[in-house]
Parts: sequence; C-alpha cells; structure tokens
Amino acid sequence: MKLSKLVWKELFERKNQVVTGLLAILLGITVIVAMRNITFYSEKAVAQELDALGANILVLPKSVTLQNYYSADIQGQEFPEEYVNRLANSNIQGVDNLSPKLAVPVQIANHKFTLTGILPKSEFQAKALWKGAGIFSRPTGCGTVVNIPGLAPKDPKETLVRKRVIDTLNENEVLAGADVANSLGLKTNDNISLLGKSFSVAAVLPQTGTVDDSRIFAHLHTVQQLSGKGKVLSVIEIVGCCDQISKGLVSKINHLLPETKVVTIGQIVDTQIKTNQMMSSLSLVFIAIIVLVGGAGIANYMYANVRERRREIGTLIALGAGSGFVLRMFLYKAILLGLVGGISGYLLGTLLALLLGPRIAGIAVLPMPTLIIWALMISVIIAVSASYFPARSAARLDPCTTLQEI
Amino acid sequence: MLKLENISKTYNHRHEPLTVFDRISYEMLDGDFISIVGPSGSGKSTLLLMLGGMMSPSSGKVVIDGESIYDLPPNRRAEFRRQKIGFVFQTFNLVPYLSALENVQMPLFLAGLSEVEQRERATSVLERLGLGARLAHKPSELSVGQQQRVALARMLANDPTVVLADEPTGSLDPETSAQVMDFFEEINHEGRTVVIVTHDPTVAQRAGKMLRLGDCKVPYYEQTPVWASVV
Ligand SMILES: Nc1ncnc2c1ncn2[C@@H]1O[C@H](COP(=O)(O)OP(=O)(O)O)[C@@H](O)[C@H]1O
Ligand SMILES: [Mg+2]
Repeated sequence: MKLSKLVWKELFERKNQVVTGLLAILLGITVIVAMRNITFYSEKAVAQELDALGANILVLPKSVTLQNYYSADIQGQEFPEEYVNRLANSNIQGVDNLSPKLAVPVQIANHKFTLTGILPKSEFQAKALWKGAGIFSRPTGCGTVVNIPGLAPKDPKETLVRKRVIDTLNENEVLAGADVANSLGLKTNDNISLLGKSFSVAAVLPQTGTVDDSRIFAHLHTVQQLSGKGKVLSVIEIVGCCDQISKGLVSKINHLLPETKVVTIGQIVDTQIKTNQMMSSLSLVFIAIIVLVGGAGIANYMYANVRERRREIGTLIALGAGSGFVLRMFLYKAILLGLVGGISGYLLGTLLALLLGPRIAGIAVLPMPTLIIWALMISVIIAVSASYFPARSAARLDPCTTLQEI
Repeated sequence: MLKLENISKTYNHRHEPLTVFDRISYEMLDGDFISIVGPSGSGKSTLLLMLGGMMSPSSGKVVIDGESIYDLPPNRRAEFRRQKIGFVFQTFNLVPYLSALENVQMPLFLAGLSEVEQRERATSVLERLGLGARLAHKPSELSVGQQQRVALARMLANDPTVVLADEPTGSLDPETSAQVMDFFEEINHEGRTVVIVTHDPTVAQRAGKMLRLGDCKVPYYEQTPVWASVV
C-alpha cells in the first residue's frame, strides 16, 4: 500500500461523485484552453497577414476605417491620384516604396473578386518630375520589408507579394492572386476578360494567406479607365523607413495630405492588441468565475467525502494514523483531482478549439502543449485551496465520536 | 503493564456534564485476559478508547509500559498505537474500497514498511486466519464471519502487545463467536494482553478476569457492585 494507491482506489470507488465534483472546474478549464488556443492562432494569423502586407504606412480616404482596409472592403471611396505626385515631389525623407492602388469589384462566372490597379515602378521613374524627388534614387532597404531568399529574384512579378512594388506591367497584363487562379483555373499566358477588356495573365502570384489571394492586379491606369472613375486611388501603400517613422514621417505625410487618413501598421496592430486584451480580460473574468464555481464544486465534494468517510478516518487513526497523515491523504487527493481536471480540461479544450477554430475564427488551430501547464496549474491550485478546509476538518475529526456512532 | 491511575472522564452531553468515570484506578498485568461487562452506557467503550490512546481522560493517567500515554505529543501517541495497540471493532470497520489483503496492509503501511514487506506479512497473517484464498476479496464480497477474521488479521498485523476488542462477537452467530474467542485465547497465550468488551456471559466467562461496570447514570458512590470486581 502506498498513499497514492490508497487515494486512487478511493477515487475509483466513488467515480460518479468525483465526476460531479469536478464538472465545474473541468468545463471551466475546457473553455479557457479552447479560448486561449483559438486566440493564439488568430493572433498568429493576423501577424502573418500584417507581415505579408509588407507596407507599414497606409494612406486611406478619410472615412475608411482600418477594419475596412483590413477586410479589403475599401471600394467606393477614393481620393485623387494627384496625391501621389504631391508625395513624390515633397522633400519628405524615408519613403522606400510607394504603391498607389485602386480597387474595384468584378464578377467572373459567379465569383466575386477585387480588381486592383497598381502602378509599376518603371512608370514612377519614367516621370521626370518624380525622378528629381529622390524617393527612389536612394538605396532602398531601410524599411521593414524582408526579402525572402529565392522568391524575389526568381520571378520579378512576385516581388509584388512582398515588396508591394513591381517593376513592369503592361496595360493588357494582369497578375492573378492564388485563390483567383485556383477558382478560375488560370495559368500564366491564359487570356481573361475583365470589364469588357481582354487581358493576358502575366503571372500567378504565390499563396500569401492574405486578402491579396483573391485579387487580380492590373495596371492602375487601365483599371481607372475601365471603371470609369477617372484619376482616383483607394489607397497608397508606403514602405517607410523605420527610423523615419519614429521621427514623425506619418505626421509629415498627414500634413502634406490633410484630406486623407494616414495610419501605420502599428496602429492596426494596436487595434488588434486591444481586441486581444479584451479577449484576455474576458478570460480573466472567466478564470475568476471558474475559481469560484469550480472551487465551490470541489469544496462541496470534499466536505461530503469527509463526512462519508468519518468512520474510515476514525479507524485509520485507531490503526495509528496521525492527523498529519489524514491531512496529507486529503490534500494528495486534491492534487490528483486537480491533475485529472487539468488534463481532461486541456484535452477537451484542445478538441473544442480544433473543431471550432476553423468555424468561428476561420483559422486552422493546432494543439498547444504549453497550455497544459497552465491548465494544470490553475486546476491544481483551485483544487488544493478548495480542499484545504475540508481536509483540515478531516484531520481534526474526533476519532472517538466517529467510532462510537453506529 | 497497563495502569489506570485515578482516571475521571466527563462528557459534555448537550451542555450537561456527564461523568462516566470518577477517580478510578486499576492495573492490568502483561498477558492478562480481561473481559469488561456492564449495561449499555456504562462506559465500556469509553474505557477501551482511553486504554488505546484514542481518548484522553478528563483527569488521571493511563500508563502503558511505564509511559503516561496522554502526556505524549499526539504524533508520538499515534506511533504508540501503531506499535503496541491492536483494535477490533464490533462493526469491523474494514475500509470498503480495499481488498482483504490491502486492509491488513494498512497498519503496516502506516508503520512505514515497504510494500513487499507489507504484502508478505499481511498474507501470512490472513493465511493464519484461514483466509489465504480470499486475499483479493473486498469486504462486501465476504461473509460476516470472514469480515471479522480480516479485522482480526488487521489487528494482529502489527504484532501488538495489547489487544483491545469492543464487542468483537456482537454480530456473530454462536459458532463463529466461539472460533473468535479461540483466536483471542490463542493470541493471549502468545503473551499479549487481551481486553474484550462483551455482552455475552459465555464470552466473558472465557477470560481470566472480568471487570464489571455499573450504570454511569447512577452516581458513582451509589453503584453496586463497585465499578470493578475481579472474578
Ligand atoms: N462523545 C460523547 N459525548 C457525550 N456523551 C457520550 C459520548 N460518548 C459516550 N457518551 C456517553 O457516555 C456514556 C458511556 O458511553 P459508552 O462508553 O459508549 O458506553 P458503553 O460502551 O458501555 O455502552 C453513555 O451514557 C454515553 O451516552
Ligand atoms: Mg460501547
């Protein structure tokens, strides 16, 4: 016989009561684990999306929110293309890349896509006016954009994916996002008709996991012309130099273009962080509820267990057990309950996250082994603290009264 | 040697003091076989619990082998119970979720023996009581007589020098009851002090000495016969 064996046997003898006692804490841990798991992977997905976005400053129409932009829902509000010239002709330092864009919705064979007009870098350079501005005359690369080895040099069309700029794009060429190409069965050099004009697919862009995947990119001026909107833009994506951003690049651009909204990706991240903070304070509230309800469930079970085992406790004392032994026996049991609750809560919560993640957050979720440590810690701490008073009452039982009552 | 020195015991029964023993003294010799008889409520169980280090008297001393056990700190007294005292209860008080073997292992486990030693000793004691084929049975899977034998094995496992039994034959048929008494006689012959509380005159008769307790609700000085008489 060992203490652990003794406690296990007793637990097994009264399984149903144990399950009832653990129910609250088990459900609580399940929900926390599922929540943390899904939050983690949605944060990660957001981070990836932002990283893939490449640009770190956005110039948007005043009424467009970050969420609109983030969800690619920026159609319908525009500002003049002339702003690009203003920006390029200014003496603002620290702009590595500029990418003016116009997004219009298109429908091809029941599929809805966004046709995005972009301006290839060669045309910036062709304009003598812009050359003198010095924006692209400096060596580039002080921005946040990272070159993925092998990707950019291999195919110049794919630089769009990471650097937000592309060197050349003819008036009758399009770049197809990965999802577009997939659902339409497009390949390089295929022909496609958009807004009444025939284009040839110059390249299919690699999968990025962002809104870019469901976009078709064409020359800005072609899109402006076909949509009949004139010389307008829906966004200017800017790759700014990080140290210049901290020296007030954003407010300088804002000053230059007062009719627009200039935001940094940092602000998007901040909003995301706020959402996550809300989530985590929500899970704090949840933890508090679990501590109370789960703790009450366990304390209740433990008191009932002590009451039920009065005679057994008296007998053990008669056999030579001290009150320390009785206390240890119940605390050990509390630890076991905590472990059982933590592990099963972790397993159930992970299962829930794996099932619900793709449905409610639209993201793939993987099990997170680190959460098991949290689950166990919370569960064991609650179980032991809730069991302390019942355990102490057991250790203080008068063995004689328990033996005398029939 | 087991000595009661000027023992008094007063219970607080619903805020009314109830004196069960008032300054009594008695001495048991090593190897004594004593039965305690008396009407219900006369304090037989109380006396046994006090002898076993389970309940402290209101005043006076219980001295076993020269040590006043209620002057020991509680954990030393628990150790004392583990080493010297063997209890048997009328209701057996077997642990319901443990097998016969595990029940007998309990006092050995509490005394700190290794699992292997526990199992060996418990098995041999159970075999001595004729339960070698019932080691894995739970109490609920045993007859009443078998349950009592498991309880006797558990009491004997720690090789106690003093055996205290509270109505050990109270729920047994006469035949089984006689077997149990044979067992007590046997372990008494091994040199152990045996104290048995009983209602049954035939059981009481088999002990070498008999202690008769009066009705505790009657004031002590009015009691006849006096609290102890040795047969
Ligand atoms: N824990 C207790 N609290 C109050 N009174 C008790 C308690 N235990 C026993 N008594 C009283 O003490 C007297 C002796 O009890 P007990 O020793 O159990 O007698 P017996 O075993 O001879 O029947 C009884 O009157 C009983 O009611
Ligand atoms: Mg009694």
